[in-house]
Amino acid sequence: MLETELKAFIDVVIRYFSQVTGETVAMGVPYVKAQDPVLLDFTGVIGISGARRGCLCVTSPREMLQALAESLLGPDGRDEAAVADVVGEMANTIAGNAREAFGSAFMISVPVVLHGAPSDITIKLKPPVFVVPIQWRAWRSFLLIGLE
Amino acid sequence: MKNRLLIVDDSVIMRRVLEKYARALGLEIVGTAANGRDALGLFDRHKPDLVSLDITMPLLDGLGCLKEIMDRRPETKVVIITALADRETGLAAMRLGAKGFIQKPFTEAQVRDEFAQVLGLAGGALVGD
Repeated sequence: MLETELKAFIDVVIRYFSQVTGETVAMGVPYVKAQDPVLLDFTGVIGISGARRGCLCVTSPREMLQALAESLLGPDGRDEAAVADVVGEMANTIAGNAREAFGSAFMISVPVVLHGAPSDITIKLKPPVFVVPIQWRAWRSFLLIGLE
Repeated sequence: MKNRLLIVDDSVIMRRVLEKYARALGLEIVGTAANGRDALGLFDRHKPDLVSLDITMPLLDGLGCLKEIMDRRPETKVVIITALADRETGLAAMRLGAKGFIQKPFTEAQVRDEFAQVLGLAGGALVGD
């Protein structure tokens, strides 16, 4: 993946947090992970096909997702359904918004949400996998991108 | 008489956010659906004035659902609400008959303004109509 392509994803994440929370998010220095990355409490997975093939994931701690859900819904966003769903919707929004840079041949799947790190599911991240830390308030999530 | 809205999005949280915004705007929500196929069942039953329609959904996606809606009741106002940010997607939706387009992530003001514009309400006024 080119540096400019990685920057396109980072810009989308910054815009996402600005729009949803009205707050700025701190993006960490991206790095390449050789092995399977560690997954946090919830992970939103988007399969990529078409002009590029691979996968995009957002993996987050529960507390961060709960705070994001509350930003959207207020106290009604505290339930389990909202918390699990928000990570899938975040991944979907990041991948979908990236089509502005990648074009309509960058096809995205519907999101799949993983709870924890299930051993029976293989995520099709194409190496090298780029990991981008996302620091928002007290919590750290990771954007994982593995594209051919 | 209130304008009647059908909300279609595979995300639980997006459906709930749109419900919250729509209630604040004084719209009557006739149903919510998580895919295009269920949406068509609700559409046939309730004949809403306005449909908010996601694109990337299981079973039947938003563009397929939009085509079916236009075949059944072309006067229906459909606003596409999607994360897909490329120009081609917006143009395809407009060609199929969508009247509005909102890119995710969105704000309450963007939803209010787009719904008002599509429903032909001046100044974004929806509440109390």
